[in-house]
Amino acid sequence: MGKRINRQSVLTLVGVLLVYAIVQGSIFMDILPPFVALTLIQVCIFIILATSLNLINGITGQFSIGHAGFMAIGAYVAAIVVVKFHGPLLLALIAGAAAAAVAGFLIGLPTLRLKGDYLAIATLGFGEIVRIVFLNTSYVGGASGFSVPKTITWTWAFWLTVLSIIIIRNFIKSTHGRACISIRENEIAADVMGINTTKYKIMAFTIGAFFAGLAGGIYANYLYIIQPLTFSFLKSFDILVMVVLGGLGSLTGSVLGAVVMTVVSAALSGWPEWRLVITAVLLIVMMIFRPKGLLGTKEFSLSFLGKKGDKNASSKD
Amino acid sequence: MGSVTEQVLQQIVNGLSLGSIYALVALGYTMVYGIIKLINFAHGDVMMVGAYAGWFATTTLHMSFIPALLIAMTVSAILGVLIERIAYKPLRNATRIASLITAIGVSFFLEYGGMLVVSPQMRTYPPVFPDTIYNVGGIIIKYGDIVMIVTSIVLMVLLHGIVKYTKIGKAMRAVSFDTEAALLMGINVNNTISATFAIGSALAAAAGVLMGVYFNTINPLMGIIPGLKAFVAAVLGGIGIIPGAMVGGFFLGLTESFVSGLGASTWRDAVAFLILILVLIVKPSGLFGKNIREKV
Repeated sequence: MGKRINRQSVLTLVGVLLVYAIVQGSIFMDILPPFVALTLIQVCIFIILATSLNLINGITGQFSIGHAGFMAIGAYVAAIVVVKFHGPLLLALIAGAAAAAVAGFLIGLPTLRLKGDYLAIATLGFGEIVRIVFLNTSYVGGASGFSVPKTITWTWAFWLTVLSIIIIRNFIKSTHGRACISIRENEIAADVMGINTTKYKIMAFTIGAFFAGLAGGIYANYLYIIQPLTFSFLKSFDILVMVVLGGLGSLTGSVLGAVVMTVVSAALSGWPEWRLVITAVLLIVMMIFRPKGLLGTKEFSLSFLGKKGDKNASSKD
Repeated sequence: MGSVTEQVLQQIVNGLSLGSIYALVALGYTMVYGIIKLINFAHGDVMMVGAYAGWFATTTLHMSFIPALLIAMTVSAILGVLIERIAYKPLRNATRIASLITAIGVSFFLEYGGMLVVSPQMRTYPPVFPDTIYNVGGIIIKYGDIVMIVTSIVLMVLLHGIVKYTKIGKAMRAVSFDTEAALLMGINVNNTISATFAIGSALAAAAGVLMGVYFNTINPLMGIIPGLKAFVAAVLGGIGIIPGAMVGGFFLGLTESFVSGLGASTWRDAVAFLILILVLIVKPSGLFGKNIREKV
C-alpha cells in the first residue's frame, strides 16, 4: 500500500516538475508565443477555480453556481491591496482569498440550509449581487474597470495551482473530506450517523470560496485590468462546465476539464459565438449520454500498473 | 405633497407594465417547475425567440400587433415542445443537477445559436402602436402601458380558464400533483408535459413581443436578465403556484420601478436578487407556498 502511494507520488512529482521546467525553459529561451503564455496562465487560474468548485459541487454535493462572485471578491480585494495600499503580491493574494472565504462563510451560513435548485439559484443571485456592487463602486473603477500592474509570472501561477490542488486533495482525503462525501451520498444518513452536516457544508463552501478568491487574485494581477463584466454568470457557467465535463467528484477530472475547456476556448477565441454554442451542445449531450462526466468520481492516476479504481469511487444517483 | 403622490402613482404605472412582463414569463417557469420540478433556465431565451418571431412578423411580413403576437406565440410553443422532447425528456429520471445543467446548456445554445442566426446586433422594433400619451392628472400613461397590462391580464385569465376548466388543464394539475398516480389513471403524461411547455413558452413569447414593442429594441441576449428576474418572481410567489407567479411578477415590477424612482436604477438588479435570497432564506416555499416536510 505504502509503496504504491510512494511510486504514484514520485511519478506525479516528476510530471509536475517536468511541466514546470518545460514551460519555464521556453519562457527563459523566449520561444513561447505570448498567446500560449496567456493560455497557460489561464489554464492555471481555471484549474484552481474548477477544483475549488468541485469541492463544493462534486465532493460535498451542494450545487453552487455563483463561483464567479467569489472570484470577483478575490480579484478586487487583491487589486485594492496592490494598487491602493502598495502591498506585496503574496499579501494581496492572501487578502483576496481570505476576503472571498469570509464572503463564502457569510453567504453559506444562511443559504446552505437550502437544497438543490434553491441553493443553485441563491448562489447565482449572490454572484450577480457581487458583480453589481463592484459595478457601482467608483473606488474600484465601476464599469470601466480597475487597472492592476502585471506581476504574476508563470512560476507564481503554476506553484500556487499545485499548492491549491494539494491542499484540496488532502482535505478530501481527510476525515473532514470523508464527512463531505457522506453528505453528498446521503445527507440525512450522514446526519443520522452523527456528522454535523451544516458545519461540513459551510467548511467546504468556505474553502471553495477561498481558492476561488485566490484564482481571482492571480487573474487580477495578470490581466492588467479587471472589469465587473468578467465575473458575470457566464464565468460561473464556464467553471461549472469544466467541473461537469471532468466529472463531479473527481479532482483530476476538474484539472482535465479546465485544461480541455481553456485550450478549446483559446483555439476558438476568434469565433466566440461558436465557442459557446459548441460548449452548450457538448454539455447537453454529455448530460444525456454520460451525466457523470469524463472521469465520473474516479481519479486519474499515473500508476496504471497498480490496482485500478479509487476507494471513494461510488455511483451517485 | 401632490408631486410625491404623482411620483408614486407614476411608478405604480411603470411597475405594473414591467411587472406584467415578469408575470407572463414567471408563469412559464412556475408551470414547468410544478410539473417536472425543473428550473427551465432556457425560458428567458424562449421569450427572446418569441420576440424575434414577432419582430420578423411585423417587419418582413408587415403584420399588425395581434397576428404578430399569435405567430410569435406559436413559434415559441413549438420551440418549447422541441426543447422538452430533445433535451429534457431523456433526463426525466436523472438527477436534478443533471437536468439543471442541461437547462443552462439549452439556454446558452439559444443565446449564442441565436447570435449566429440573427447576428448579435440590436434590432429595432417597428412602432406597432401610436405614440399616444395620456396624461391623467400629471401621471403619464403610454399607449404601450395599457396594451401591456391588458394583454397580460387577458392571457392570464385565459390561462386560468385553461388550467381550471379544460381537460388538459385538469391533466396538468393531476400530473403536477402526482405524476405516477396520474399515469395510472390513464393520463398521457408525456403529452401533458408537452402541453405545459407549449403554453408556458407561448406566454413567454407574448412577454417577448410586448417587451420588444415597449422598449423598442431586441437582441439575442435580451432574455437573460428578464428570465432570471421572472424566476425570482416565480420563487417569490411560491414556485409551482400559478397565482403566486402573477403576484410575484407584479410585486417585482413595482419594487424595481420604485428603486429606479428613488434614483438607484443601477442597483435595480441587485435588489431583485437580494429579494430572492431573502425569500429563499426566510420562506423558501414563497409567499403562497405551503411548507412541505421532506420524508426520509
